[in-house]
Amino acid sequence: MDAVKKIVRDFPAFLWGGWGAIAAIFLFIAAWDVGNQFYGDMILPSPLDTFANLLKLFEDEAFLQNLSITVDRALVGFALSMGVGTALGLLAGFFVTASITSRPIVTILMGMPPIAWIVLAMIWFGMGDATVEFTVFVASMPIVFIGALQGTRTLEDKFEEMADTFRVPWTMKFIDIYIPHIFSYIFPAWVSALGMAWKIVVMAELLATSDGIGAQLALARSQLDTETALALVVVMVGLLMAVEYIFLEPIKREVEKWRD
Amino acid sequence: MARLKVENLTFSFGYQTILEDISFELKEGEVLSVVGPSGGGKTTLLRLCAGLLDRQEGRIENSFATQAIAFQDPRLLPWLDVLDNIAFGLKARGVPKAERLEKAREIALRFDLEEEDFDKFPKELSGGMSQRVSFARALVTRPDLLFLDEPFSALDIGLKRELQNHVIELIESKEITIFFITHDLMEAIRLSDKILLLEPDPGRIVETFAFDLPQKERTDEWVYTQTARLLAHPKIIETFELELK
Repeated sequence: MDAVKKIVRDFPAFLWGGWGAIAAIFLFIAAWDVGNQFYGDMILPSPLDTFANLLKLFEDEAFLQNLSITVDRALVGFALSMGVGTALGLLAGFFVTASITSRPIVTILMGMPPIAWIVLAMIWFGMGDATVEFTVFVASMPIVFIGALQGTRTLEDKFEEMADTFRVPWTMKFIDIYIPHIFSYIFPAWVSALGMAWKIVVMAELLATSDGIGAQLALARSQLDTETALALVVVMVGLLMAVEYIFLEPIKREVEKWRD
Repeated sequence: MARLKVENLTFSFGYQTILEDISFELKEGEVLSVVGPSGGGKTTLLRLCAGLLDRQEGRIENSFATQAIAFQDPRLLPWLDVLDNIAFGLKARGVPKAERLEKAREIALRFDLEEEDFDKFPKELSGGMSQRVSFARALVTRPDLLFLDEPFSALDIGLKRELQNHVIELIESKEITIFFITHDLMEAIRLSDKILLLEPDPGRIVETFAFDLPQKERTDEWVYTQTARLLAHPKIIETFELELK
C-alpha cells in the first residue's frame, strides 16, 4: 500500500522529468515533416494532416469499435501469456531438471517468427479472435517465461540461510525473500511482453481478421489511404507509449529502486 | 541452565572429512571462540551448531530458546530499507509492525546509525554501516545464543572496536551466550572465556585455552601479552604454520 502511495506522490515529479522525452518526440515529428516536404502527401502525409485525421478517427464510431476489439484481443492474449508464462517459469525455476529441459524449448519458441505462428493459427483456428489471441499469446509467453525462470534461478541461498537462522516461517520467506527478488525480474518481462502483444495483435489482425485496427490498416493500404494508415500507426504507438510511460514506468521505478 | 553441547561430532562433504570427533560444551553466559586457519572447518562447525546443516555423526544438544547469527558478510535484504532489515528477525517472531520498528529505531541509534539513514537501501550503505545494520538485526531479537561468524574481519580497527564493545557490554550484563568463530587470535582473546584451537584437515580441537579475567577489565596491554603468550605456544605455531625460518 505504501508503495502505491509513493508512486502517486512521485508522479508529478516523474512527469516533469518527461520534458526531454517530449522534446525528442517533437524533433522526430519535425524530421517527419521534412520527409513530407520531400516526398509529398501521397507517400508521407504531413504530421499536421495525420493528427487532424487522427482526431476525426476518434469521432468515428466504427474506428472506436475496432479499437476496442483490438485492445480486447491484445489483453486476452497478454493475460494468458502473463498467467501461463509466469506459472511455468516459476515451476521451471524451482526445479533444476525442468529449467534445463525448458531452456532449448523456449529458445525454439523465441526463434519462431510470429508470422509463422499466424499462418499455423489461421489453419488451426480459422479467421477470427482465437487466431489473433493465440498468436499474441504464443509470441509473448516466452518473454514472461524467461523472466520468471531467471528470477527464480537467481535466488540467493545466503538470504535463505539468513532467514533460517531467525526461524522465519515459510510464508514470510516467500513474501519477504522470494517475491521481491522474483518480481524484480518478472515485472520488466511483463512490460516487454505487453509491448510484444501490442505489435503482434495488429499484425495478426491485418492477416487474419476483418475487424480491429489491423484490418482497418489493411483496408487503408488497399485504398492507398496513406493518411488514415499513418493515423492508425500513430494511435497504436501513442497508446503503447502512454501505457508504458504514464502507467508502467512509475511502477517499475518503484519496484526496482532498491537495485544497483 | 541452557547449553550447547557437542559430542563426538564428525562431518564430511563427500569423501573429505571436514570435522573429526569434536566435543565441547558452551554454558549459558559464556563466550566460546573457535580459532583456526581459514578453510579449517570453522564455519561448518558453526552452521552445524546453528542447525543450518544436518548433523551426520555425533550429538549436538542446543537448549537455548532463541538464537541469531551475525555473518561475515552482512546479508541485508537489498529490497528492504535499514529499519525493515533490522526488524526482520522481529517480524519473523510476529512482533507487530509499530513495535518492531520502534525497537529497530532504538537499537539503530545505539549502533550509531543516523536518523537520515533509516530509509536507505543497503546499496546506499558503506561496508561498515551494513555490518552495523547486520549486527543490530541479530541483537535486536535479544537472542539467548549469538553466533558470530567472523563479523569483524572486514572492518577497520575503529569500527571493529566499537562493535566489540557492544558485545562486551552484553557479556557483562550476562544477557547473552556467544559462539564466536575467528581466525584473529587477538579478537578471540579480547572477547572469550574459552578458546578452542581447531587444526584443519580434518578439523579437530587440539588445544583449549581459558581466560578468567572479566572482559571489561581486559586492557590492550593484557590482550597483547596474552596474544604474545599464545603465539609462542607450540600448538598454535603448528596449527597456523607460524615457523620462523
